Parts: sequence; structure tokens; C-alpha cells
Amino acid sequence: MKTSDPLGLACPVPRTDADRVLMGHGAGGRLFAELFDTVIGPPIGADPVAEDAAIVAVDGVGVVISTDSFVVTPHDFPGGDIGSLAVHGTVNDVAMRGARPVALTLAYIIEEGFPTAELARITASAARAAEQACVHIVAGDTKVVERGGADGIYINTTGIGELLPHAVVTAAGAEPGDAVLVSGPIGRHGAAVLAAREGFVFDLRSDSCALAGMVEDMIRASGRRVHVLRDATRGGLAAVLNELAHASGAGIRIEELAVAVPDQVAAVCEVLGIDPFHLACEGTLVAVVAPEAADDVLAAMRARPEGEGAHRIGTVTDSPAGRVTARTGIGATRVVDMPLGEQLPRIC
Amino acid sequence: MKYLDEYRDPVLARALLAELGGLATEPWTLMEVCGGQTHTLVRQGIDEMLPAGMRMIHGPGCPVCVTPLQTIDRALAIAARPDVVFTSFGDMLRVPGSETDLLSVKAAGGDVRVVYSPLEAVRIALAEPDRQVVFFAVGFETTAPANAMAVLEAHRLGLDNFSMLASHVLVPPAMTAILESEHNEVQGFLAAGHVCAVMGWREYEPLATEFGTPIVVTGFEPLDLLEGIVMAVRQLEEGRCEVENQYVRAVRREGNTAAQDAIGEVFDVATRHWRGIGPIPDSGLALAERYADYDAERRFGVGDLNATEDPRCIAGRILQGGALPTDCAAYGTECTPRRPLGAPMVSTEGTCSAYHLAGRTAAPQTSPAGRNT
Repeated sequence: MKTSDPLGLACPVPRTDADRVLMGHGAGGRLFAELFDTVIGPPIGADPVAEDAAIVAVDGVGVVISTDSFVVTPHDFPGGDIGSLAVHGTVNDVAMRGARPVALTLAYIIEEGFPTAELARITASAARAAEQACVHIVAGDTKVVERGGADGIYINTTGIGELLPHAVVTAAGAEPGDAVLVSGPIGRHGAAVLAAREGFVFDLRSDSCALAGMVEDMIRASGRRVHVLRDATRGGLAAVLNELAHASGAGIRIEELAVAVPDQVAAVCEVLGIDPFHLACEGTLVAVVAPEAADDVLAAMRARPEGEGAHRIGTVTDSPAGRVTARTGIGATRVVDMPLGEQLPRIC
Repeated sequence: MKYLDEYRDPVLARALLAELGGLATEPWTLMEVCGGQTHTLVRQGIDEMLPAGMRMIHGPGCPVCVTPLQTIDRALAIAARPDVVFTSFGDMLRVPGSETDLLSVKAAGGDVRVVYSPLEAVRIALAEPDRQVVFFAVGFETTAPANAMAVLEAHRLGLDNFSMLASHVLVPPAMTAILESEHNEVQGFLAAGHVCAVMGWREYEPLATEFGTPIVVTGFEPLDLLEGIVMAVRQLEEGRCEVENQYVRAVRREGNTAAQDAIGEVFDVATRHWRGIGPIPDSGLALAERYADYDAERRFGVGDLNATEDPRCIAGRILQGGALPTDCAAYGTECTPRRPLGAPMVSTEGTCSAYHLAGRTAAPQTSPAGRNT
């Protein structure tokens, strides 16, 4: 500090230009993008295009690989737990490249003192979720760290899948005129976890579920005309729309009132002062499809329970490139921006 | 959602805009006082839909924005202490001090926690008697009653490990300062509904009369704002200057007297420094001498920690309505929500942040209502 230091603090206080990792760097918004572009991406020469999973050619066969880590607290929330979430999240990342998930790995990092009964319950939940999603848990690992070294339990996964015939799905695939679809009402996972964390009692369940079966039906219905698939996880609908607008070099225009926000989600957002467009979903995807395929894809989604609330929210435009705009209820236009980092509740 | 959807009805909103269009014969200039109102106006694009030439100046009512830099620096110094649990409302965490912010202090090991109520901080103090628990008490008259209650509760419990870094500000002195300014362009005010829910509107009546300015106590939903604008414009068109109440579902003339009593017990009116504006006499609240034991500035000896604003930031002119964020050379380039130079870019209630989130790159152009006319 430039001023006197009456407290005799030995160390200079760090500068705002993140010389340390902040919680917000893990929230999937602009802070993460900065960290990736400046710190993580360059040494490994990673492709800056944000995809949920990579496609690797093995003996001429397209294999889809994804990895993810799960640190959710509380470990149990209405509609799921960290075990089922780990399976659903991994399966969905693989499916979002137009693939059928076949196997996954499950690695635990457990804090000393964690109840074995809870570990058994979480593992059973993961096994049940895997069975329902028709994937096998084929490998795993268990590490224990000293008390205080982790918050109970963390789970890391790897998912492997095979590309579906006719699937050409990439974040960069949106074309002007395409229809933007959402598979259900948004914000349910984020709102359920926040409500559980704050001790609120709401009639609200996480949407956590496997989307691979629905994706298979969508691709079967419309093949290459399904251009982009993203599950709206960290950063919510706003982050996903911005990522694919950026990756595709296109604009996206949505009708704000067309986006289904359940009353209970809206209520949690009002109480906590946050934006439902920024809340994570764990069983809801955004699809960008050729305009002539929109009705067929919507029908395929609605034929399944996880997609019964599917609806169209907007259209891909040629400009402004990389921008997401929404027509508000009164007919004005606003920009739907990328969330910055953590959601910070407002004062009033 | 009941009691909210009714105030967001797009059909009624368009009807109010049509009514306004038929009513306004001059390009009136209004100021909405509160940052929450600014947020709704910009997010819904209401300010772009106003009749030709009419404009809204965004007022000084964002508590995060007007908290002076030196108070932030004092908060940072306290939060960095190993014996302290520093509690705050969420959006203070990203406000830049001279060299860092609370999020970074937290990442460096400081125990910084977001709370939704100052009474949560009192509960932490009760549960962790070996730690010094400090609450960052910022805000207008809205947050003052709960903060006063926290001090009274800590006093009742006999807690000696709870204190408060208080930087409360009051609305009427800020409105007076704007009206007395030689550059003032404001012809009517939308007063902040929640401030008036606490304080009532009696103290606004002399302002309306003395300066000949209509003041409409207004809520925060789109229809509240549109109705408040219609009421203020109707007064201007009819040559009236009264205090009217749009926010009838929450506000009465005398306000919440129990809340006022709590404020009066714990706080004294004092001169306060406003970020970007400077000191305004009798414009804030300080802990009364009898509760000085709960004053974190004294407890941690940070009262002489001072700081200087970044000269590139024109927050003062923006907060007084003399400039738009898009008038600032640093807006969107050197100053973004990621790297804010001044507080209005930090809070979602801040004018610069609201503009940036809405993707505003210049004064509104889509209708002739912008100031570029």
C-alpha cells in the first residue's frame, strides 16, 4: 500500500491482477477463459476452441474422450449427489460431441475421517447412474489426504465414447439461420444446490441426468443437421451461448420470454440476487440445428422424459459476431454477457 | 412468481410507454436515484424505449459505488489480519482498493466470508469466540436498520469479538448536492423505494418545494419504473412539484418507525466521504459514541489509512449524472468489470457495470431518446 502501514503487515497485499487463483477462476466464466489463455493453454498448446470432449482417431475409429472433476458441496442435494452427478456430467460431456458413451473411470480424493458409509452410498449412487446410462465403470483410483486437505470427497472422471454415425457436432458449427433449442427449463441444478447450501426448503430438484440417449435420438432424427450440442453446466445458459457464438463466429438472438425458468428457480434467484441465465444445469442441453430440422429434433427431444420441456429460444444470426442478444419483454434489446466468475449476491 | 410477475407484464409495460408518449411534450430529464433501478432500466432496455429526447440520468444510489477508496483499503487491511473473520455482502468482495480486493485477500489466506445479513456475522462471533468477527456495514438507509440490530444484538449478548466497519450514506443530502450543483440537469427524481420504506418521504417534501422538483417514490420492477416515470412526467407537464408515492405496496409517509428508532439508537448523523464526489456534510451515519466499542476502525487502528482515487476514473461525474459511462475514455478499455478502475464498474448495480453488461458502446442510438440528440 502507498499509505502508512500501521498494522505492520509483513507481506505486501497481492495485486488485483490475479497472481493467485481465485474461486471465480473455477466458475467457467470470463475469469476461467483468461486463466486458460494465459496460464494453462500455452504450455500444452491446447486448442482454444472450447469443446466438452475431444475426438481422437484410433485405428481410423473416432473415439471421444472427456475428463471432469466434481467438488460440489453439499454432497447431497435434492435430485442427486456427488456420485450420480459425476457420472451424469461425464456421460453428458462425451455425448455433446455426438457420441455414445461406453466407459468411464472414477477416481476419488478423500479427506481423512470421511465416513465409509457415506463413501459406500456415493459409490452405489454412481454405479446406479452408470447402469442407467448404459456405461461401465472400468477403472478407478482412491487417494486419501490429511484432514483439512480436501472438503470431504472429490471425484475425478474420464469418459470414453464412440462417435455416432452421421454425427458432426462441434461448438464452432453454428450457422446463420440455425434454430437454437433448449431441452428443458433452465437453472434447476444450480438453484437446487444453492437452496440446499443456504438451508432453504423449496420444491426444487436438480435436473442432473444422462442426456446420451436423447442425443442419440436427435442425431438419428436429423444427422448432420444437428450442428452444436452443449450441456449448460458452469456459467449456465449465458456462458454456453457466448462460448458457441464465439467459437462459431456468429451472433445469437434469443427471445428472453421464450426461455423457460421454473418458478422455484426464479424464486431462489430473487432471494439470492443472482441471474437464472448464469445458473448451472446438469441435465439440460442447448442444441443448434439447421432450421428445417428444428421440428424433427424438438419432436425427438420431447419424446423422452429428459426432453419433454424442450423448446426453441432463438436463432443464429450473422452479426454481431460473437455476441448474444436477447429481446426483452418490452421489446428492447440487451446483450447477454458471459458471466465474469463467481456469482456475487448483491447488497440490496 | 406472485407479486413479481404482475410488475413485469410486457403488455402493461408497452401500454405505459404509449401513455408516456402521449403525455410528454418536452424532452424531460429524470434521475433514478437507486442502482437497483438503474439495473432494471438498462437490463430491460426501458431507457431506450422512452419518448424522443427524454433521458434518464443514473443517480448516486449504488452503495458499493459510493463507498470511498480509503474505506475499502481499511477493510482490506483488517481482512488480511490472521485473527479476523471478515464478513461482507457479496458484491463488496470485488471492489478494488488501492492495490487489491477482498477476493484476492481471501485467496491469500484471509478469512473472508459472504453473508446475507449482519446478524449472520453476529452468529459467527458467538460461535467462534476466539476470532475477531468484523462486518462491513455499507449501504444507504436501507441496510442501516439491520446493521443497527446487529450492534444491538452483539451488545445484548455481551460479545467482545464483534465489530463493524461502518460506511453508511444517506440519500437526501446527495440529492441536495445534485440539485445545488451548477451543472444540474435533473428535472425530476425517482426516489429509491426501499430507502423510503425505512425512512418514509417526509424529508423529501422540503426538497421538492425548495427546488421545484417532482419526486416520485418508485419501486424496482419494470412496471414500477415506468409508472414512476409517467407520474413524474405528468407532474412536470402540469407544472407541479410534489412528492408522490408510486411504491404504495411498500411505503407509507412516516416510513418504518421501529427501524428508524434502531438507526437513531446506534448511529449518529455524520459527514461522509462519497467515492468520486468527496465529503458531504451530514450525509452519512457513524456509530454513536456509546457503541464505539463496536467500531472496527478504532479496534484495529486503521482510521488514519488514507488513499487517492485513480485519476483516470470519472466516477464522480457519472455518479452525479454529469457524464455517461460511454463518455469515459477508460470505459470498456482500461476499465472493465474484470479490471475495474472505479467502483461503478464493479457492482451489478453500478452504472458502468450495468452499461457494460448490456453491451452499451455508445449513448443509446436505437431511438431518438438518447442524449446524442
